[in-house]
Amino acid sequence: MDTFSDSLSVATGLVTQFDARLATIVELSLRVSLTATVIAACIGLPLGAAIAIGKFPGRRALTVLVNAFMGLPPVVVGLVVYLLLSRAGPLGALGILFTPTAMIIAQTVLIVPIVAALSRQIVADAWDEYREQLTSLGASTWSAALTLLWDTRFSLATVLLAGFGRAVAEVGAVMIVGGNIDGVTRVMTTTIALETSKGDLPLALALGIVLIAIVLILNAAASLVRGWALARYG
Amino acid sequence: MVEIHGLPIRCRIAEVVRNGTRLVGEVDLTIERGSFTLVLGPNGSGKSTLLRLLHGLVAPTQGTVAWGAHATRPPGQAMVFQRAVLLRRSAAANIRYALDLAGIRGGEAETRIAEVLADVGLRALADRSARVLSGGEQQRLALARAWALRPEVLFLDEPTASLDPKASRAVEDIVRDIHARGTTVVMSSHNLAQAKRLATDVVFLSEGRQVEHTSAAQFFVSPRTSGAAAFLEGERL
Repeated sequence: MDTFSDSLSVATGLVTQFDARLATIVELSLRVSLTATVIAACIGLPLGAAIAIGKFPGRRALTVLVNAFMGLPPVVVGLVVYLLLSRAGPLGALGILFTPTAMIIAQTVLIVPIVAALSRQIVADAWDEYREQLTSLGASTWSAALTLLWDTRFSLATVLLAGFGRAVAEVGAVMIVGGNIDGVTRVMTTTIALETSKGDLPLALALGIVLIAIVLILNAAASLVRGWALARYG
Repeated sequence: MVEIHGLPIRCRIAEVVRNGTRLVGEVDLTIERGSFTLVLGPNGSGKSTLLRLLHGLVAPTQGTVAWGAHATRPPGQAMVFQRAVLLRRSAAANIRYALDLAGIRGGEAETRIAEVLADVGLRALADRSARVLSGGEQQRLALARAWALRPEVLFLDEPTASLDPKASRAVEDIVRDIHARGTTVVMSSHNLAQAKRLATDVVFLSEGRQVEHTSAAQFFVSPRTSGAAAFLEGERL
């Protein structure tokens, strides 16, 4: 228990004093995961909407696939991206293994299915409700898809938060493709894993506190936005 | 009003079947320009399906539907559904959306939005989000959105079913006004008193088939079929 309380007091000090090493790690973590979330949104939202309202062969299979891939193990994603980006791999020439770019790619692959599957459900439910009205007004499938994405924007914002939450908290994928290089590819989760095994518990715990705080703040913000949107837009 | 000539609507021995169940059948009727056709019948008799068939939202499993010289649904039609489906944006933006899909934008669109919102008494609520309006206000907004398109034919699926008498009366007045300005109207309703005040023609459905299509004057005095007579009698009680 002494270890825990000692570590906690040092960790609190690191957080409150904006320790430089801590700040660098947090900043990289946020940059990687936010970028991955933005890219996943650009791919996952249109994909989800297309599966929800499009009529094309293989639609049902695609639905099963994205739903199944929601639970992709991060280490497996990391391994596959590693093989693709490694020197001998098909994308080895890019030379981006063990860089933040590789970590962004891995996290994007990890959360695109989450964004696509959850947004598919939301858009499909809205489509059930709006279908006849939009058809009556003469909307094409394409413009109906855009309308539904816009009309469900507050629910979709929650989907993106879920995606970001998954990205920022995973350790397996970024560990493999980033290599956990100090000052270059070391993010919150990989640092926690490393420092814990090295015995530097205060830094690990400080990062744990920051990680939990970020997740809490995001969820509180999401809840506030939803409440406001419900009152304002119904 | 844009001249589309999707009239008259001719429905020839049409039938709609879904999953082995006939939703409506034996439909054989013509909707003439300028008429106000009222679709009457008990719950589950196929009124909503008939409106969707005439609006081109569902295709007939058997038989044909034609709109003037068009075999597929022409533009120039609008429909107000039993439960108004409004987008998560302001009242004015809901109308702007419909006009945009119809290719009407800019100054002309804004003029029409102001006009139809005034027509249905919602001018003060133009910037309010559509989804937080009351039921009656939502139904009036749905009417305004349909009317903004200046349709040749307007379909109304029990537009006053869930409204209190005052809101119901307001909707009725707007519908009468729209018909008076030359729009052909096809409306389903449960409200016989309202039906008598508005209709020029009546289509009576029972158990998923068309039982009769007569002028309103004749239908309410001496319906041709015993089923319609029984329905009128039942509704009067």
